[in-house]
Amino acid sequence: MDAVGNPTAPVYGIAAEFQSARDLYHAAEKIREAGFSKWDVFSPFPIHGMDEAMGLKRSILGKVVFCGGLTGFLTAVSLEFGTSSFLYPLIVAGKPTNLYTVPAFFPVKFELTILISAFTAVFGMLIMNGLPRLNHQLFNWDRFKKVTEDKFFVAIESEDPKFSTRSVKDFLESLGGTNITTIHGD
Amino acid sequence: MSNATAEHPEHLTEDEKQLVRQPLVLNKRTMGWISDYISSIVEGKTPTWWYISMGVTVPLTLMCLALLGYLISTGVGVWGNNHPVGWAWDITNFVFWIGIGHAGTLISAILFLTRQKWRTSINRAAEAMTLFAVVCAGIYPALHVGRVWMAWFLAPVSNANAIWQNFRSPLLWDVFAVSTYFTVSVLFWYTGLIPDLATLRDRCTTKIRKFIYGVLALGWRGGNRQWRHYEMAYLILAGLSTPLVLSVHSVVSFDFATSVIPGWHTTIFPPYFVAGAIFGGFAMVLTIMIPACAIYKPLHDLVTIDHVDKMCKIILLTGSIVGYAYLMELFIAWYGANPYEKAAFWYRAFGPYWWAYWSMMFCNVIAPQMFWFKYFRTHLIWVWVIVQFPNAGMWFERFVIIATTLARDFTPSAWGMFHPTWVDICTFVGTFGLFTTLFLLFIRFLPMICMFEVKAVLPEADPHHGEAH
Repeated sequence: MDAVGNPTAPVYGIAAEFQSARDLYHAAEKIREAGFSKWDVFSPFPIHGMDEAMGLKRSILGKVVFCGGLTGFLTAVSLEFGTSSFLYPLIVAGKPTNLYTVPAFFPVKFELTILISAFTAVFGMLIMNGLPRLNHQLFNWDRFKKVTEDKFFVAIESEDPKFSTRSVKDFLESLGGTNITTIHGD
Repeated sequence: MSNATAEHPEHLTEDEKQLVRQPLVLNKRTMGWISDYISSIVEGKTPTWWYISMGVTVPLTLMCLALLGYLISTGVGVWGNNHPVGWAWDITNFVFWIGIGHAGTLISAILFLTRQKWRTSINRAAEAMTLFAVVCAGIYPALHVGRVWMAWFLAPVSNANAIWQNFRSPLLWDVFAVSTYFTVSVLFWYTGLIPDLATLRDRCTTKIRKFIYGVLALGWRGGNRQWRHYEMAYLILAGLSTPLVLSVHSVVSFDFATSVIPGWHTTIFPPYFVAGAIFGGFAMVLTIMIPACAIYKPLHDLVTIDHVDKMCKIILLTGSIVGYAYLMELFIAWYGANPYEKAAFWYRAFGPYWWAYWSMMFCNVIAPQMFWFKYFRTHLIWVWVIVQFPNAGMWFERFVIIATTLARDFTPSAWGMFHPTWVDICTFVGTFGLFTTLFLLFIRFLPMICMFEVKAVLPEADPHHGEAH
């Protein structure tokens, strides 16, 4: 079996290459059934139904964004009413500035809700994905460069409780994986 | 019907053949081809036509910037705005450019939520167009305030006068709407770019490129544990952008509709502005995509005639909505029995700016009716020629709304005409230079087609491809 990275560095995991989304999908089902927990599949595009095949739950990002949106909304409420009703009530055309005058204040509330939600969605997604980062053990493997083009990969990490070099290699081979390689760190 | 029969149409009966959809990517292009071809546009030697185009657009951009400098150093008097036409080309051009941006968001967000897979090959360029159009739009409201160095008064920060903004003013709503729109569009665009920047990073041969694309790709690896959050983020951004894009042009229309000026004070304005924005925006998408595909011919396998046909149909639909709105405005002006309202519309059609009104009518209502005919929707030269009418017509629409209304005030003693100065004209021409320069830079340095999304709509991307259902 090939090895990449610094041979004296700790092993990140064992990776295998697959040729199609279909092969990767079925491999993922079998890895999940075998009871691994620290593993991932890599593909040039999101594969429909892969979350179920891997046994992953729905992303919690939606809930986080709801909190972000609420923050934006409350920011706008306090900014608008705080300044217009309390700090410096600005009487324009004799109109009231109290809390019942929501419609005229609404567009800013709406825009700030959207703005903070969008920031939360993007930065929340990056944080959940452990990004940005400048390097990763998998980038030591030259073949892995094709993951953004047209190849599909599986990596089972050495931190997985069921990990052992011999059995994982045989297992990935039995799934039809090729170019099975041990990935070391730098 | 299973995928297997869909790929072999020769086994189908005539009725079934009607049901088979055209493939989204023609000539059975593979994933590898998509990466290779789209990336090669960015990686290859800079073509001569690019230098020639930049040779035209960069001087125009510099002219625009120089004239803005002249405006700031001298005052807004260098523009033709004066009583009674206090808003003139500045706000016309602002609404024109911001409207163009809306098609990009429509393609990227609304067509995403409605699962229109054909959007994948045009969304990247359309979103880029959105950003560049909003950049051009932002110039005008920022600079027409006169003392530009006071523009920070628009931001709700504590200042020495202890006076806060009037949050009930549509002009302040506009500040929030446009700045939110720009920011969210940038976030949406960049999020969509991350996997494609990773493709460019992985193909790099030189250190500098590897460093730049490596940093921009943020370390993307394409693991499914990343994709699942990524897809959720994309879905949420689409869900946020959809009401946002509808709100932005509604808010822009509030600048007019909440005033008491005859011809502006109407409830039809928000939907009519939004439909007009999508109409003009799609025309601009076609205006720039058709030449781009003519230069990079293999792109016709990704941006097919079918795509152009669909966009033409959207132009026909929104153009007809705009035409309906024009007629409804006229009807209400008559039916409402308000003499000032009636006069405003009389002057639009038969007053001193009659030529602008009838140009608008012809360009926006009559010319797009050509798209009822399949011939005109599927022959690219015709499409390109016809979409120039909406491009021009939407500018005339904003000019008609602003200038004709203001030029004929309540009392005849306050009547007056607007005449653009050379600074008005050259600044507007310059914004086209800015827009095109930014777009040329985009084509040269970033993938103009969303590679990962196009790969995902290929038949082999389906994990059950080739299996019996």
